[in-house]
Amino acid sequence: MKRGLLHLGIGNRDRLLSIGFPILLLVLWESAVALKWLDARFFPAPSTVGVALWNLIANGELLGPFWLLPGKVRAGDWSGVLKVFEEGHLWISLFRIFSGFLLGAIPGIILGVIMGMNRTIRVAFDPVISAVYVLPKIAILPLVMLIFGIGEISKVVIVGIASFFLVLINTTAGVRDIEPIFIEAGQNYGASRWQMFYHVIIPGALPIIFAGLRLSLGTALIVIIAAEFVAAKYGLGYLIWFSWQTLLTENMFAGLVIIMILGALFTSGLQAIEKWLMPWQREERPAPVDVSDTQSAKR
Amino acid sequence: MAVKIKALGVTKLYPSSNEPLCALRDFNLEVKEGEFLCIVGPSGCGKSTFLRILGGLITPTSGEITLLPGKEDVPLQSIVFQEYAIFPWKTVIDNVAFGLHMRGFSRRERRGIALDWLRKVGLIKFADAYPHQLSGGMKQRVSIARAFANNPEILLMDEPLGALDAQTRAVLQEELIHLWEDLRKTVVYITHSIEEAVLLGDRVVLMTAHPGTNKSEFSVPFKRPRCFALTSAPEFGQLTYAIWQDLQGEVQKTMEKQR
Repeated sequence: MKRGLLHLGIGNRDRLLSIGFPILLLVLWESAVALKWLDARFFPAPSTVGVALWNLIANGELLGPFWLLPGKVRAGDWSGVLKVFEEGHLWISLFRIFSGFLLGAIPGIILGVIMGMNRTIRVAFDPVISAVYVLPKIAILPLVMLIFGIGEISKVVIVGIASFFLVLINTTAGVRDIEPIFIEAGQNYGASRWQMFYHVIIPGALPIIFAGLRLSLGTALIVIIAAEFVAAKYGLGYLIWFSWQTLLTENMFAGLVIIMILGALFTSGLQAIEKWLMPWQREERPAPVDVSDTQSAKR
Repeated sequence: MAVKIKALGVTKLYPSSNEPLCALRDFNLEVKEGEFLCIVGPSGCGKSTFLRILGGLITPTSGEITLLPGKEDVPLQSIVFQEYAIFPWKTVIDNVAFGLHMRGFSRRERRGIALDWLRKVGLIKFADAYPHQLSGGMKQRVSIARAFANNPEILLMDEPLGALDAQTRAVLQEELIHLWEDLRKTVVYITHSIEEAVLLGDRVVLMTAHPGTNKSEFSVPFKRPRCFALTSAPEFGQLTYAIWQDLQGEVQKTMEKQR
C-alpha cells in the first residue's frame, strides 16, 4: 500500500489523501459506534445520520413537501408553491441569510467606498463603527426584536447588521489600499469622477471587498443559526435546537451536515464569482518570454 | 521655437509636525516646443514633485507654471509614471487605450489606435494579456504606449526606466529614442542617471539637493537620430563626466544628510 502511494504522481497522491482520509475517519466513527466505544445516543453512526437526513427530506421537514410542486405549478397555484418553500427549514434559513446579506452588503459597499474616498466622513464615522463592530451582533437580537417584532423581519435585519459592518470595514480598507499612483494615473489621463470610480476605485478595491463579502457570508450563517436557536419556529437553527431538546441526536447531526454543505457551497460560489469578476487575478501563468527583454529571458 | 513650458519660482512646501518641509524652492525652467529636456538630481531633490506639478497632480505653494496650449482636440500633457502604474485589472490593450477611453473615443477608434501603438512597442501578441503576465520591461512599454497613444503635446516622464535592470533599460532607451524622434513632442524627462539624460536629451538641467532648485544646465550637442552606440563615443564620456563633476557635491550632501 505504501509503495503504491509513493508510485502515484504527487497530484494524484494528494487527491487520494484528501478524499481517503475523511472516508477513513467516517469508517472509524462507524466502527467505533458499532463496537460500542462511542455512545450512539450522543454520537449516532454516520449511517444513522444519513438515514435521518433522508427521512428529513422524505417527510418534507427539510425541503418542504416538494413533491406537491409539479401539481401546484400545473394548477398555477403560486401561493401554494410559496407555501411549500415556507415549510422547509433549509429554504427559510437560506431566505433569511441571503436577504439579510444583501440588505447589509449593498449599503456596506456604498458607504465603504464613500468612507474610503472622503476623509471627513471617515474621521467622523470611524469611532462609531469601530465601537459597534466589536459588539457580537447576536447580542443585539433582543433589541432588534423589540424594534421589528418577533417576525421574519428581525432575523433578516440581524443578519443584515452583521454583514453590513464586515463589508463596510473591508470596503473602506480596500479603497484606501489602492496605490496612489493608480489614482494619479486616472487623474492625469482625465478621468471624470464617475470614470475614476468605475475604472480605478472599484476594480482596485474589489479583491478586498470580496474578502469582506466572504467573511460576512460566513458570519451571516453563524448569526442566523444562533438567532434561530432562540427565536424561530422554522429554520436549520431551529431544527438543531429542537432535535437537541427532544434528544433526536441523529437529526441534530443531519442539521450540522447541511450547514457544513451550505458553508462549502457559499465559499466555492463566491470563489467562482470572484474568478469571473476579476480575471486579472487568475493564478500566475508562466510569464511569456520576450527575447529583447533580458529580465524574462533569465527566468 | 516657441516656449512650450515655463516655470517661474516654483516652490512646494509640505506641512510637517515641526517646520514645513521644503521639497522645491524657487525652481525655474523653460522648455521649447519639441525639445527633449532631462532633469537630473540627487534622490529626494524634488524632481518628481516638480513633474507632478507640471502634470497638474500637485499645486505649487508659490510660483507660476505655464503650459502653452496648442490644438484643442489633443490633451496638453500625459505622464509616464515611475515603476508600474499600469492598471493590473485592465488588459494590455485597455491600458494603452485608457486615455482615449476617458476622452470619449468609441471602442473601435481607441482599440485601433491602441493596436497601432502596441505594434510599435512590439507587444501586439499580448494585447489581451493582463499585466501580471508581463515582465517588467514589457509593463513599462505598456506604460509608455499608454502615454503616446493619448497623443499629448507634452510628455512628462518620471524615471520611467528607473526600476529596470541595465540591459532591459538599454533596450528601452533605444526604443524610446526612436519613438520620440518620429514625433518630436515636447518632453520633460526625470532621471537619476546622467548617461540616460545625455543619451536621450537635448538639454540636461541639474538640480541641487534638498530643497531642490536650479544648479546648472548642459546642452547636449549630439546629432540625431541617435542610438545606443553613442554611449561608446569619447565625447559622450567627456560630457557625462563633466556633468558628474558638477553634480557630485550635491549627491555627497544628500548622503551626509541621510547619515
